Amino acid sequence: MTDAFLILVGAVLVNNVVLAKFLGLCPFMGVSRQLDAAVGMALATGFVLTLAAGLSWALQRWLLEPLGIGDLRTPAFILVIAATVQLTELLLHRQSPRLYQVLGLYLPLITTNCAVLGVALLNVQATRTLLEAVLYGFGAAVGFGLVLVLFAALRERLESAPVPDAFRGAPIALVTAGLMALAFAGFAGMGR
Amino acid sequence: MAGALDALLAIAALGAVAAAFGGLLSWAAARFKADPDPLVEQINAVLPQTQCGQCRYPGCRPYAEAIARGDADINQCPPGGEAGIRALAALLGREPKPLSAEHGVEKPPMAARIREDECIGCFKCIAACPVDAIVGAPKFLHVVVEELCTGCELCIAPCPVDCIDLVPAPAPSDLRWRRDVVDPMAASGPEAAETTADRPPR
Repeated sequence: MTDAFLILVGAVLVNNVVLAKFLGLCPFMGVSRQLDAAVGMALATGFVLTLAAGLSWALQRWLLEPLGIGDLRTPAFILVIAATVQLTELLLHRQSPRLYQVLGLYLPLITTNCAVLGVALLNVQATRTLLEAVLYGFGAAVGFGLVLVLFAALRERLESAPVPDAFRGAPIALVTAGLMALAFAGFAGMGR
Repeated sequence: MAGALDALLAIAALGAVAAAFGGLLSWAAARFKADPDPLVEQINAVLPQTQCGQCRYPGCRPYAEAIARGDADINQCPPGGEAGIRALAALLGREPKPLSAEHGVEKPPMAARIREDECIGCFKCIAACPVDAIVGAPKFLHVVVEELCTGCELCIAPCPVDCIDLVPAPAPSDLRWRRDVVDPMAASGPEAAETTADRPPR
């Protein structure tokens, strides 16, 4: 139980996928202009991340390793992720057409979100159980969503802030992301 | 030999996984299909499908979607004319109103015709045609397929040598109407001369 809690806190705060591992920076910069789009993206990516973490763990342990082709995990995992993203896209199109339009191109781009593949590969390296793997995926998803939403809120405020011309747009966003990473570095050493 | 077997095994395993996911996705695509809005379909069926853009929307379907959302009024379609407005009003349970003057005037059905000895083969009208009714290739003569032409006039402005004329359409450009005429059973009665816009909406 404590282990599970530690994995969760570790994935959300201490080893945050975006700010500590620098994975998934593309949607982090791309979909953080509007808060509601960021929330939708966080939910969609979270769903994919958790599902893909569990599925790719199962694929690795129960199919690839018994057959002795564990080295082929990267293409196999990408297959899993692409299928999960397609499924998410279908469900989202049906459930919330408006959000589907807001996310637009970034939805299929979850496939190439390196946080998703990164978490799946880290799970296999760290020799976790299935439950731990899913939990780590969920924690990474919460961490990604938390950082994305916080960053989007910051950027919405930056829109009206008196930023010097040379820093407008992407430069000030990158500076903000750097400061956020410093703040999250304060969690280092907590848990494991 | 063992290496080749391993490779075959790997290909078979990954292929099986890919096939399993493919099957799952095609099942999910059929199961969780996003239903198209039935009202949009009904409105779109009443519109004349000229794709002329006079309603200020890119085509008939976007206009139908705008009507269904409540963004557009029902009197913005000159090719549909009074009959089209009446059909829309009956479908939506609203009062018919006269055609909005800023969107154009109702005209009899027309079709474009290219004066063939003047055409320079510039391809601009083919790019402009919303219903692909002009055949031809760059530097070759272009010809309008009159049965497909909706008389939307979108090809006239791009033509650099002004060789496109509007002539009275050979038959009303509603494809379903013409199918009724071709069908000998439907062509026997006077109702075959009706356009779909005059029929009560289904």
